[in-house]
Amino acid sequence: MSQRQVLQVFEQYQKARTQFVQMVAELATRPQNIETLQNAGVMSLLRPLLLDVVPTIQQTAALALGRLANYNDDLAEAVVKGDILPQLVYSLAEQNRFYKKAAAFVLQAVGKHSPQLAQAIVDCGALDTLVICLEDFDPGVKEAAASALGFIARHNAELSQAVVDAGAVPLLVLCIQEPEIALKRIAASALSDISKHSPELAQTVVDAGAIAHLAQMILNPDSKLKRQILSALSQIAKHSVDLAEMVVEAEIFPVVLTCLKDKDEYVKKNASTLIREIAKHTPELSQLVVNAGGVAAVTDCIGSCKGNIRLPGIMMLGYVAAHSENLAMAVIISKGVPQLSLCLAEEPEDHIKAAAAWALGQIGRHTPEHARAVAVTNTLPVLLSLYLSAESSEDLQIKSKKAIKSILQKCTYLPALEPFLYDAPPNILKHVVGQFSKVLFPWIFRNTSAESGQLPTTY
Amino acid sequence: MATLARLQARSTFLAQQYYFRNSVVDIFRKKEYDAAVKIQSWFRGCRVRAYLRHLHRVATVIQKCWRGYLGRQQYQLIVKLAFCSMKMNLYNAMAVRIQKQWRGYRIRKYCFNYFYYKEYLRAVSETNDAIREALEEFAEMKEREDKKADLERKEKKKGYEARKMHYLLSTKQIPGIYNSPFRKDPDPWELRLQKAKPLISQRPKVKKISVSVSNWPAYASPQVLPQPKILPPIDRKPCQGPFRDITEVLEQRYKPLEPTLRVAEPINELQAAREELRKQECMRNIHDDMFLPFSSYNKNKKYIPLMHSSSKYGPDSYGSQHFRDENPTKWLCNKLEAN
Repeated sequence: MSQRQVLQVFEQYQKARTQFVQMVAELATRPQNIETLQNAGVMSLLRPLLLDVVPTIQQTAALALGRLANYNDDLAEAVVKGDILPQLVYSLAEQNRFYKKAAAFVLQAVGKHSPQLAQAIVDCGALDTLVICLEDFDPGVKEAAASALGFIARHNAELSQAVVDAGAVPLLVLCIQEPEIALKRIAASALSDISKHSPELAQTVVDAGAIAHLAQMILNPDSKLKRQILSALSQIAKHSVDLAEMVVEAEIFPVVLTCLKDKDEYVKKNASTLIREIAKHTPELSQLVVNAGGVAAVTDCIGSCKGNIRLPGIMMLGYVAAHSENLAMAVIISKGVPQLSLCLAEEPEDHIKAAAAWALGQIGRHTPEHARAVAVTNTLPVLLSLYLSAESSEDLQIKSKKAIKSILQKCTYLPALEPFLYDAPPNILKHVVGQFSKVLFPWIFRNTSAESGQLPTTY
Repeated sequence: MATLARLQARSTFLAQQYYFRNSVVDIFRKKEYDAAVKIQSWFRGCRVRAYLRHLHRVATVIQKCWRGYLGRQQYQLIVKLAFCSMKMNLYNAMAVRIQKQWRGYRIRKYCFNYFYYKEYLRAVSETNDAIREALEEFAEMKEREDKKADLERKEKKKGYEARKMHYLLSTKQIPGIYNSPFRKDPDPWELRLQKAKPLISQRPKVKKISVSVSNWPAYASPQVLPQPKILPPIDRKPCQGPFRDITEVLEQRYKPLEPTLRVAEPINELQAAREELRKQECMRNIHDDMFLPFSSYNKNKKYIPLMHSSSKYGPDSYGSQHFRDENPTKWLCNKLEAN
C-alpha cells in the first residue's frame, strides 16, 4: 500500500478528533446540552484529548472542559477527581498563549464554585503557574489568569492569603495599569476579592501601591470598570481608620461624587458603599465627607434609585448622623430627613425599612431641634405602625422601637406627639406623657444653679 | 485658921447671899445684858450689813467690769465674723459674676459657638447646593454626549445604508422609489442618496474579534485564533569585536551568481523552446481542434486484451505491471519440517 493511504488514515482520525472537540466546545455553550453531554461521558473523552499532539485540539479540548466546568459544580468536581488539574498546571507552564488562556479558563471555572474546589486547585500548585501567567505579554492570558486568581480568592481568607503568598498582588497592580479595559476590570475585581477578607490582606494590597492607581481610574468612562474600582476601594477602606484615611488621601473626593450620578445602577451603589465605609469610622472622616458636599450628593442619589441600590446611601446618612449633633444637623439641612421618610414609606423590603428607621433614629436622638426636624415630616406615626404591625420582621420592629424611643425622649414638638396619646402601647405612652409634662410644666424639671451646680437647661 | 473655919461656915451663907444678890442683880443684869447684847448685835449687824453692802457693791463693780470685758470680747468676735461673712459674700458674688462671664464665654467660644455653628451650617448648605449644581451639570453633559454619540452612530449607519442603496437613485428617465412623481418633494432619503458615494463591494474583511474571556464562543474554529504576525526588524546596534567591515561582508554575501557554461542555459531549454514553438503555432491557428480524418473507423475499435493476461475481473497486473512473484513466502507455512 502507498504511504499516502496510510497517512490518509491518520489525517481522517485527526480531522475526526478536531471536529469532535470543536462540536463539543460549541455545544457546551448552551446549557440545555450540557446534561446530555455529561450523561454521554464527555469528561472521560476530553481528558486524553488534552494530551493530544495537535495543539489546536489541546486548546479546544481545554476550552470545552472550561465551559463544562463553568456550568455547575458536579462537572467541576469531576474535573478535579479526574486528575486533570496537574496536567493542566504542568502544560500551563510550557505551552503557547492560546493554551494558557484556555487552561486558565478551566482553572477559573473550577475554582469559582466552592471553597473546597478552590482549595483543590491551590493544592495542585496552580497558584505559582497562574502568577507566572500574569507576567505574560499577551493581555488575554493575563486576563484569564487574573480572573482565575480572583475567583479563588473570593471564597475565604485562607485562600486569599495563599494567593497573596504566591506573589500575585504586585503583578495585579501592574495589570491594572495596562491599557486594555477588560484586563483592568478583572484585575480590579481580583484586588477587591483579595482585600475584602481581613485588614492584613487589605494592608498588603495597599502596600503594593494599589490605591493611587485605583483612584486615578475612577475618571475612566467605562461603567463596568468603575464598578470594580469602587468596590475595590470600599473593600480596602472598610477595615480600619488608617486604611480609610489612606483611601481619602488619594484625593477621591469630589470625583467620587460624580460617580453617584452615573447611569449605571451598580456604579451608584458601589460609590455610596465607598462613601459609607469611609464615613463610618470616625467623626473627622464624616466631617470630611460632609465638607465635600457628600451628604447632598448621596441624598440625591437615594432619591434617584429604588430597592437595594439605595441601602448603602441610607446607611451612610445614618452613620454620619450618629457621630455628633453637628453632623446630624448637617444631614438635616441637606434635606436628608424628607428623603429618608420617603424611603421608609415606599420601600417594600423590610431590611431597607429597618435601615431607614435606624438612620432616622440616629438623626433625631441628639437634641430637641433634631427631634423636631424629624417629627415635622410626620414619620413618627409611620414608625409606630411599623413597630406595631405583625408583618414586620423582628429586626424592623426592634429598630423602629429604638428609633421611636430615642426621638421621643427629646421631642418637644407637641402637634407630632398628640396622635401618640391615642394609639400608642403603654411602654411608649409613658415616654410621650413624660415629654408632655416637660413641656407644660417645665418648673418641675428646672433646678437653680446654686443647687445643681450647673447652668439650668432651658427649653 | 479660924478665919478659915469662919469663912467656911460663912461659905454657904456667903454662897446663898452671893447667889441671892447675884440672882436679883442677875435679872437686872440680864436685862441690861440682853439690851446691851441687842444693841450690840444690832450695831454689829449694821456694821456687817454695811460691810456686806460694800462688798456687794464692790463685787458688782468687779463683775460688771468683767462681764463688760467678756461681752466686748464676744462682740468683737461677732463683729469679726460678720465682717468676714460680709466680705466673703461680696467675694462670692464677684466670683460668681466672673465665673458666669467666663463660663458663658467658654461655652460660646469653644463648646457651642452658635454663630460659628450657624456659619458652618450655612457653608455646608452652600457646598451642597454647589455640588448639586455641579453634579446636575455633569449629568446633563453626559446625557448630551451620549445623545450626540447616538445621533452620530445613526447618521453613520444611514450614510452607509445610503451608499449601499445607491442604485435606487432616480435617473432622468426613471424616478426612483424615493422620488415618486405623485409627491410634492422628494423623500429625504432621495437627497441622502444623491449625496452618497457609491459603495464598491470589497472582499469581505475578516472581522477583528476582540480577544477576551467573555467572548469564548468565538474560539470555536481554529482559523479564528489569531495567527502570529511577523514583527518589524529591531534596529541593530553596531556589534562589538573584531568583525570585518560590513560592506565587505554584504558584498561577499550577496555576490551575484556567475554560473558555469553548463548551467548558463536552463536545463529544460529544449522543452522551453518546444513550448515556445507550440505557442506561436497556437497563435497562428484559427482554432485548436485537431484536424481529424474523415473516417474514424479505426478510432472506434475497441481493444481486445489477451486472454492470457486477463482474468474474470479485468486485466491481471502480472505480465504488465510486475513479473516476479509479489509475495514469495505466501505459499510457505511457519511450521518447521517434522523431523
